[in-house]
Amino acid sequence: MTTLTPSLIGPELAALGDFDAQACMNCGICTAICPLSTDVLPRRLMRYAALGMAERVRQEEEAVFSCLLCRSCEENCPAGVHITENVRLLRRWLLEHPRRLN
Amino acid sequence: MALPTREVVGLLSDNLRMRGSVLPVPVRRATHWAREMGLPKGGDTVLYTGMMYQIVPYLERLGRLQARLGGSPLGPYLGLARVANRAVRGFGMRAVARPRPAERSEFEAVPANVARLLVQAGVVFGYLYEDDLYSGALTYDMGSDAVVAAHAQRVAAVLRSNHVRHVITIDPHTTTMLRSVFPRFVQPYDFDVRSYLEVLAERGLPAGHRPGTEAGSSGEVVVHDSCVYARYEGVVEAPRQLLTQAGLAVREPERAGRQTWCCGGPAESLYPAKAAAVASERVEQLRAAGTECVTMCPICLVNLRKAAKGSIAVRDISEYLMGARAETKAPV
Ligand code: SF4
Ligand code: SF4
Repeated sequence: MTTLTPSLIGPELAALGDFDAQACMNCGICTAICPLSTDVLPRRLMRYAALGMAERVRQEEEAVFSCLLCRSCEENCPAGVHITENVRLLRRWLLEHPRRLN
Repeated sequence: MALPTREVVGLLSDNLRMRGSVLPVPVRRATHWAREMGLPKGGDTVLYTGMMYQIVPYLERLGRLQARLGGSPLGPYLGLARVANRAVRGFGMRAVARPRPAERSEFEAVPANVARLLVQAGVVFGYLYEDDLYSGALTYDMGSDAVVAAHAQRVAAVLRSNHVRHVITIDPHTTTMLRSVFPRFVQPYDFDVRSYLEVLAERGLPAGHRPGTEAGSSGEVVVHDSCVYARYEGVVEAPRQLLTQAGLAVREPERAGRQTWCCGGPAESLYPAKAAAVASERVEQLRAAGTECVTMCPICLVNLRKAAKGSIAVRDISEYLMGARAETKAPV
């Protein structure tokens, strides 16, 4: 079951900086152009973040930290999403919010 | 994966906070060229290397050592953590990661080459010597904003105390940190920051350059744009203009300018296999356009050369521009 965590986008990521994954319209151009072609970067990652899917973001830690921050995606994004800054903020969020053990 | 990442980012941050660099580079040797040139300390305009070219051979050496020693896919990064940890505690990190002189000399020559090019173009500038601090680019990329904010304050204070208003940088990562990132952390931020490529392009190289002046050059070069120069800082025309003025025929690869393809370098420490795959793909694109590739970033230089395995020549742009300069000074 997928748990949505609305606070991921609101108080948590927005507090870290100009997080704008919500502007993503899910066209997939970024993923088509990404040199890593991981199937996660960057469209799905932007979706997970925009929907507040905190656990999914955590599961994609490798994708978040392997991003080259090359901006190839961002240069071609029709919605002007600041993808690389979002990835950087997700790194920060992951570092500052380690998984809580039950 | 989670624990090592946190550990490593923490260690890099510690080093930046405590030592002003992610890795300690021997400062005296790294600034020797400026002393030899008699550059004054500080002043209205300074050349700022951010130690980027000087650090890269050490990072590269660490990666190779770990690839040999460590079996895990995280080997290189964990090794960096271990060595960085020793550095923080004051142990002999340099002995572990010291690159051979031949590995260092090419990278150490770049700041001196850039300084000579600027002098020849009539630019008056000083240097900060031990205050030429690493920009914190790697730490910023990892998301450690609080550490970078403090570091930005430190760099700004150094610039102010040395009466600096204009900063000339030599690599894309230092350029974007000092020009686009630090103003977010330091207000007011009243420093004008430009890459030496922009400064030289504005002044123009003297007429009379000829192709093929750089040792072994065919006179035709394929330009590999740095992602950071092209897409973060909009530096696309300046290198082409300079190479053309230097008498070289500029060839464009399949992905060029603002659509350039990454060298893979940013993934090198954590995911070397991914970095190598991206670099190999880029080398194929470059090879399809020519036999000599010109780079303008030390990370691109190291990664593309490694991936090229000798199939194409990969050199820094300053080498080509210096070659052209040497030719103009010779009697005709
Ligand atoms: S290119 Fe932009 S709008 Fe399209 S999926 Fe990627 S982030 Fe979303
Ligand atoms: S910045 Fe990251 S997500 Fe975007 S194209 Fe480059 S590697 Fe892919």
